[in-house]
Amino acid sequence: MKVKDIMNSLNLKILAGENGLDKDARGVYCCDLLSWVMSHAKSQNVWITVQIHTNIVAIASLLELSCIIIPESIEVEENTLEKANEENIPILQSDLTSYQLCVKLNQLGIDE
Amino acid sequence: MQELLSIKYDVESGDFIRGGEASSSIKKLLQQLGIKADIIKRICVACYEAEMNIVIHSLGGYIEAKIFNNKIEIVAKDKGPGIENIDLAMKEGYSTAPEYAREMGFGGGMGLPNMKKSCDEFYIESKIGEYTEVRMVVYF
Repeated sequence: MKVKDIMNSLNLKILAGENGLDKDARGVYCCDLLSWVMSHAKSQNVWITVQIHTNIVAIASLLELSCIIIPESIEVEENTLEKANEENIPILQSDLTSYQLCVKLNQLGIDE
Repeated sequence: MQELLSIKYDVESGDFIRGGEASSSIKKLLQQLGIKADIIKRICVACYEAEMNIVIHSLGGYIEAKIFNNKIEIVAKDKGPGIENIDLAMKEGYSTAPEYAREMGFGGGMGLPNMKKSCDEFYIESKIGEYTEVRMVVYF
């Protein structure tokens, strides 16, 4: 499934990284502890996090994650969005909680 | 064992915005050299953790990567408080990161253990009030 399909199905708002919407997404990783994400997330994962600073883009880029979803309509820092545009990492925002997002992603047929 | 190239990046204390750039450059370089993706991932994890440790804990330092035909050697050295008890620092979950860094999702006490796990060889040396130096080797 492409990131843009997930965006459309879940009514996510794109904040940055539009050029990365055609990336393939496989699996979901949901965690806010960055070292944990660094050592456990897999490439192409959709990453759900409440962290909003620039380093989330560095992590997504290093691990080749497909996109970042920010739950509960949290506003993302401007320099994070700039960096996401440079690195083509889509940052998507939702009013749902992390848990609700996981449920919906699962219903879409995305496995762990 | 032939050294192909060597690069050095300065890492500034507290610079969360640029933190990760050295790792990102090293990753791109390894991709250009055609190194396997799973090996690159291990190097990225180790290098990123080392880089962010310099940003969070030190007064500044550098990351130096030496690439040989069969391995990469990464040295991360900083000026700063040093590590009082290395055995304790190597334990998962033990962290001395300041509160603001924890709020950003750092300081989980996973950095050094992650580095060690990701590398084939891992060496750490520190002198209180002076420096910490980590040397990591990953074979291709």
